[in-house]
Amino acid sequence: MDFFWLSVAGLATIAVLSFLYNDNPLYKVAEHFFVGIAAGYVVCAEFYNVFLPNLWNPLTSGTDYWLVIPLLLGLALFTRFSNNIGWISRWPMSVIIGTYAGLAVIGFASGDMVLQVQASLIPVFEPATVSKFSGDPSVMNFLDILKNPLFTLGLIAVLFYFFFSVEHKGGLKHIAVVGTTLLMIGFGAGYGYTVMTRIALLFDRFYFLFVEWLQVASA
Amino acid sequence: MAHSTLQKLEKLDRRWVFLAMALAVAAPLFFKIGLAPKTTPPVKEFYDYIEALPPGSRVLCSFDYDPGSKAELDPMCISVLEHLMDKGHKPVVITLWSTAPALIERNVNLICRDKYGKQYGTDYVYLGLKEGREAVMVAMGKSIRATFPVDFYGTPVEQIPLMNGVENYEQFQALINVSAGYPGTKEYVQYVTTRFAIPLLSGASAVSVPEYSAYYQSGQLKGLLTGITGAAEYEALLGKPGLALIAMDGQTMGHFVIIAFILFGNIVYFFLRREKARG
Repeated sequence: MDFFWLSVAGLATIAVLSFLYNDNPLYKVAEHFFVGIAAGYVVCAEFYNVFLPNLWNPLTSGTDYWLVIPLLLGLALFTRFSNNIGWISRWPMSVIIGTYAGLAVIGFASGDMVLQVQASLIPVFEPATVSKFSGDPSVMNFLDILKNPLFTLGLIAVLFYFFFSVEHKGGLKHIAVVGTTLLMIGFGAGYGYTVMTRIALLFDRFYFLFVEWLQVASA
Repeated sequence: MAHSTLQKLEKLDRRWVFLAMALAVAAPLFFKIGLAPKTTPPVKEFYDYIEALPPGSRVLCSFDYDPGSKAELDPMCISVLEHLMDKGHKPVVITLWSTAPALIERNVNLICRDKYGKQYGTDYVYLGLKEGREAVMVAMGKSIRATFPVDFYGTPVEQIPLMNGVENYEQFQALINVSAGYPGTKEYVQYVTTRFAIPLLSGASAVSVPEYSAYYQSGQLKGLLTGITGAAEYEALLGKPGLALIAMDGQTMGHFVIIAFILFGNIVYFFLRREKARG
């Protein structure tokens, strides 16, 4: 039985990968199966993992009657399907948006803004790095001396790129160009990481096909 | 080089690129390369932090990923559990992703129960899923018992010995988040580490790492595992080679192919432009 299900997964993987050669009916079948099964899975998972334990069970066991309020708000969301009473759905939406906006503002302000700004305010020159380089004059220790000045200059250059109150021309243009270059390096690194993720996914599929299913390779 | 050949190469069918990539990534499954990754500071600090915890520390593990990111994060999840078991720590495992519970349960059973023979409820516990994302993170700061009244198997937390005396984050020595995105490390930084005194260690899919690196540099993360590379470095540090180290060979070969095609494309473009200039 295990091999049967492994084979279903293996054939589905091949069907999806076949799209790389060309669009074909096998791929379409796999795609439709995937969308249908994934949607069904999420509905079931949410029903059993969220609706029953968080709302239905406490409500029907008579322990938390106040849960009637979120139940009514939840049901009110479905009024969107009606042209006449669709406006009622704005009430639960306002609760959802208000709650998450409140949480997000506090989280962003304390976690991202304040602490990130604080961490960016570093001494431009750190004497300890120089003494470390004097003791061990290696390339890495030399780069350590440059770390803080480069970080500070890079930060200023990137921030200046987004500063539009003065025209970026003359000497200021060069600062903006440095900022753009650093941003491009950042985007390039981000893209490189994305490629890494995709290759990892591809390797995982091959591992499944050749090691777990067909067992023609060993790890 | 003849102009017609260059034009053909310029319009090379992209399926050749796919084939080359497939062969390169799959080859290490048949021919071992065994490249050893160099340990980077974020991974070393992740490892050292767990090493330095007192034996028997209670560690909250939030494993938040789905089958789509299993390739990168499953090896991390397994290595983290192995490390905790090796050091005698006691993981309390949760997930905030609705598609994760079965994946996580399999890993917890595979490592804690089957490999290390630990006692469920005393040495480790799996509380399962709680939907609510950031709201759950904040709620756990007030009361974990109220947020997770029962474990994954329906046992009330009052009956689980490992949960005795646990009220909120304060009773945990560390929080380890293996995250594929939202909700994950970013939200734990924003809603938990800034409000509650609990150190956060993160393992994330490579796509998220540029964003999370800033948190590591600012000290908001005590360690960071970066995609499959980070998982491989961590496996090497633990001395327990697993899937991530094998995958690194495929990763390296894949990168070689990409670099080769970038060079190839540029060379063809260069010659073609020169041919055109000559008329």
